[in-house]
Amino acid sequence: MKAIVHIRPRSGVLDPQGQAVAGALKHMGFDEVLSARQGKIIELELGDDDEQAVRQRVQKMCEHLLANTVIEDFSISIEP
Amino acid sequence: MNAAVIVFPGSNCDRDAVCALRDHTAKSVHRVWHRDTDLPKVDLVLLPGGFSYGDYLRSGAIAARSPIMAAVQAHAKRGGLVVGICNGFQILTETHLLPGALMRNAGLKFLCKSTPLRIENADTPFTSAYDDHGETAIPIAHHDGNYFADEDTLDRLEGQGQIVFRYVNNPNGSSRDIAGITNKAGNVLGMMPHPERAVDPLTGETGGLAFFKSLAGAMA
Repeated sequence: MKAIVHIRPRSGVLDPQGQAVAGALKHMGFDEVLSARQGKIIELELGDDDEQAVRQRVQKMCEHLLANTVIEDFSISIEP
Repeated sequence: MNAAVIVFPGSNCDRDAVCALRDHTAKSVHRVWHRDTDLPKVDLVLLPGGFSYGDYLRSGAIAARSPIMAAVQAHAKRGGLVVGICNGFQILTETHLLPGALMRNAGLKFLCKSTPLRIENADTPFTSAYDDHGETAIPIAHHDGNYFADEDTLDRLEGQGQIVFRYVNNPNGSSRDIAGITNKAGNVLGMMPHPERAVDPLTGETGGLAFFKSLAGAMA
C-alpha cells in the first residue's frame, strides 16, 4: 500500500520561495498567476494493507516528523 | 563547569564551540556523538551550528529525532543549561524545547556576515556579562534563520522576557527582529548568530566573548 503525503506552508505563513516562483512565472508572461505556494510530496511504501491502520500510522508520522505543524499543513492520500 | 557539545552528521561548528567553551568557560568539554543515548555529567549541553543531515526534510528536523536528544530533553527538564546555535536553534525548535520555527530567509539568500545585535535581556545565564539593552556584533551564517511564531506566542515571549537577542537591522525577516530566545524556565537558549565565531581578535571580532563569560559566571 502507498501513502502520499502533501505538505504545504500553512496559510498566513510567509512563503518566500512560493513568492519567488510566482514572481518568476509572472516575469515569464504567465500573467494569470496570482500566487504560488511551494510545498513537498513524500511517497511512502508501506507493508500493511489495512487502510484505516495505515492512515492512522501515517498521521502519526506526519505529526512526529514529516510536517512541522507550527508552519506546515499536511494531507494524506492512500493508494492501493 | 563541564560541558558537552553534541556532534551530528553535518555539524560543522562543533570544534569552534569546543574551543570557545574550553578557553573561556568550561573545565572539560566532551564531544558526544548523536547516536549515543547518555550524556556525561555536565552542566551545559551545546547543540552546534552546521547542516545536520544536509538540512534534509527541514533544517534540524532529523537531528531533533536523534537518539541523544532524549537525554538532552531530560537534561533540560532537570533545569540543566542548553544552548543551540544556528542549526542548534533549529534543532531546539524541532524538538519543541523552544517555541516557533525557523523558515527560509525572507530574501532567499544565504547570509554570512557580522550582525549588530541588541541584548534585550541581560538577566539570563547566557547574557549576564553583556550590558542590558546594550549592543554587540556577532556573525550570522544561515539560510533558514527567519524566526516565525504565531502572534500569541510572540506576545508571550515578549511579556516573559524570553526574547534575549534582537537584530538591530533585521537581515532575514524574523518576526519582531528575533535573533535569540529562551524557554519559559530560562535554561534553554536558541540563537541564530554564532558567538563561538567571535571570541578572538585574530578572526575579526569579539562580541561573543561576553556570551561565554556569562556561561562561566552562571556555573561558577
